[in-house]
Amino acid sequence: MTSNIVEIDNLSFGYKGRLLHKGINMVFPRGKVVAIMGGSGSGKTTLLRLIGGQITPSQGEVRVDGAVVHQQDRDGIYSLRRKMGMLFQHGALFTDLSVYDNVAFPMRELTDLPEAMIRDLVLMKLNAVGLRGAHQFMPAELSGGMARRVALARAIALDPAIIMYDEPFAGLDPISMGVICALIRSLNDALGATSIIVSHDVKETFLIADYVYFVANGEVAAEGTPDDLMRSKLPFVHQFVHGDKDGPVPFHYSAGDYRSELLQARTG
Amino acid sequence: MDRTTLDLWVGIFVAIGVAALFGLAMKVGNLTSSKLGPTYTVTAAFDNVGSLKPHAPIKSAGVVVGRVDGIVFNSESYEAIVTLNIDQRYAFPIDTFANIYTAGLLGEQYIGLEAGGDEVVLKNGDKIDKTQDAIVLEKMISQFLFNKAAENETKADAKAAPAVGAELDILK
Amino acid sequence: MMKSKLILSLLRHLRGMGHRMIERIWRLGAGARLFFLAMVYSGESFKRFHLTLREIYFTGVMSLLIIIVSAFFVGMVLALQGYNTLQKYGSSEAIGVLVALALVRELGPVVTALLFAGRAGTAITAEIGLMKTTEQLSAMEMMAVNPIARVVAPRFWAGVISMPILASIFSMVGILGGYLVAVPLIGVDDGAFWSQMQANVDFSADIVNGVIKSLVFGVVCTMIALFEGFDAPPTAEGVSRATTRTVVISSLTVLGLDFILTSFMLVV
Repeated sequence: MTSNIVEIDNLSFGYKGRLLHKGINMVFPRGKVVAIMGGSGSGKTTLLRLIGGQITPSQGEVRVDGAVVHQQDRDGIYSLRRKMGMLFQHGALFTDLSVYDNVAFPMRELTDLPEAMIRDLVLMKLNAVGLRGAHQFMPAELSGGMARRVALARAIALDPAIIMYDEPFAGLDPISMGVICALIRSLNDALGATSIIVSHDVKETFLIADYVYFVANGEVAAEGTPDDLMRSKLPFVHQFVHGDKDGPVPFHYSAGDYRSELLQARTG
Repeated sequence: MDRTTLDLWVGIFVAIGVAALFGLAMKVGNLTSSKLGPTYTVTAAFDNVGSLKPHAPIKSAGVVVGRVDGIVFNSESYEAIVTLNIDQRYAFPIDTFANIYTAGLLGEQYIGLEAGGDEVVLKNGDKIDKTQDAIVLEKMISQFLFNKAAENETKADAKAAPAVGAELDILK
Repeated sequence: MMKSKLILSLLRHLRGMGHRMIERIWRLGAGARLFFLAMVYSGESFKRFHLTLREIYFTGVMSLLIIIVSAFFVGMVLALQGYNTLQKYGSSEAIGVLVALALVRELGPVVTALLFAGRAGTAITAEIGLMKTTEQLSAMEMMAVNPIARVVAPRFWAGVISMPILASIFSMVGILGGYLVAVPLIGVDDGAFWSQMQANVDFSADIVNGVIKSLVFGVVCTMIALFEGFDAPPTAEGVSRATTRTVVISSLTVLGLDFILTSFMLVV
């Protein structure tokens, strides 16, 4: 049993001739919280899908617990996925089921547990995220932050070894953000799991991550602990971490000469 | 919507559907009347069955008493052999007439049974000897034309005859 | 100069048409593949029949109102129009036959299918399209639950079960509507109405054929609705366009298939 539960080895992936990832190497040690960060469209969410086996790499391998993901047959993939829990952006709760039924869903579908036991487990998971009292609501009746927490309870329903978060802080108010932040860390440690966070929220992510990978232009541009990256002299990292307006990612989208374009409009 | 209410509504839905189908079958269709019950089989030979088809009704006194089973050609006697399935409730004498009639003016053809007077009745496998063929429209028309032509001839002869007689009188 | 511009735009149109034709054939193949997968993964729909039951409620029971009201009006109009023509030939007693045969053979299955496509079909497409857009289908996949077995197959079987039931109800209610116009309103003889109908409507040739038609339409309409929802682009505009496509394609397919089925049935 290796110390890394997930390994991404020389991965390349692309759509229609355009490569999204070129030769990516990442490792995710057991028990740690690892973050994948980068600008929009840098392919962070796609990495989560590659780990979950929803898409196949063009080159290279993704290994979960030693098994190569894209070489698994249908049963193999499903048994790998039972070890994973995923929190989708905006929650992806099943809108036709109540909060209780949403959290009970993985238990009812994947196990043969009796309803009495499922009830206890559901209430325990909801308690862990602080929403035990809300179990009768429908997802449409929840606020964004509450929906996100319910989705988190659902993601950890079967005590997975790997928990993946796709932009967990996106669109939340400061309190909800703080709640989710604390929950990610505490749940990871309580369950002894490995958490992979895809985010571009520097402040929250740096608070809880043990290690961070920076993805830019399809490659790992930088990696290290949050402290390392805060101190990094790399221009891209510096711009991202400090939120500078201009840097390697330019402010201006490429356009012609400003003066001549204005003058053209007046005389044309 | 909890499960029990849902089940109830679906049950009602399916029940209404089955009832509708049942209603259609019983009231609208001829399911009740098309089933005859146990039958016995007899055969009848015709020179011409016209447009008689299998499943055509067999009627006696206007009431359906059976169905035509099959029609085959006998290459030795050059006749059509029709198999009739008659309801066991109805017994017919062995000198019954089997005629092919047409429903309405140009409708479907069916077999009409006219009971004879014999005391012995038809049993399973018997043959009806007295048959009358279907009326074929073309034959009727040609017959009509032939009769019309013959009529005109005799009229012409009758016209010619008095003329000759008149001349003979003049000669007198 | 003008001539070559004309030729160029003509060529462009032809290329577009060819493109669209190929796209349609591709969609047909993808739809057939979804149908095949739904068949293969149908076990769950019957082992956990409450899933299918729930869908029968939403496609069948919820369509009852529109089916019954439409059937009533269609039957009444048939009686009115039929009487108007029949009484010119002194055959007004055949009104029962006309209404019954028109409904049982054609209008029952076809109009029910068209209404079904409009009401239940669009609901299915919108629901699945929305599930796709909010990543609920992805969430299911990541939880090692097969979305085709869990979402697509139960709705398919619900549609196939509901359609003949709805068509039979349509025919029966239509005949009742025709009866109400013919006998109390117009004054056709009650006994003649039903007895002529019974003499001329054959169970196996007319009623059974009508049920066969509605089964075929059930398969077709439900499958089209499911495919359009499954294949919809995960945006609001994509889902709305998909619902429109469901109605249009279902309607055209039903009408075309009706012709083919009728020609088979009338020959026999």
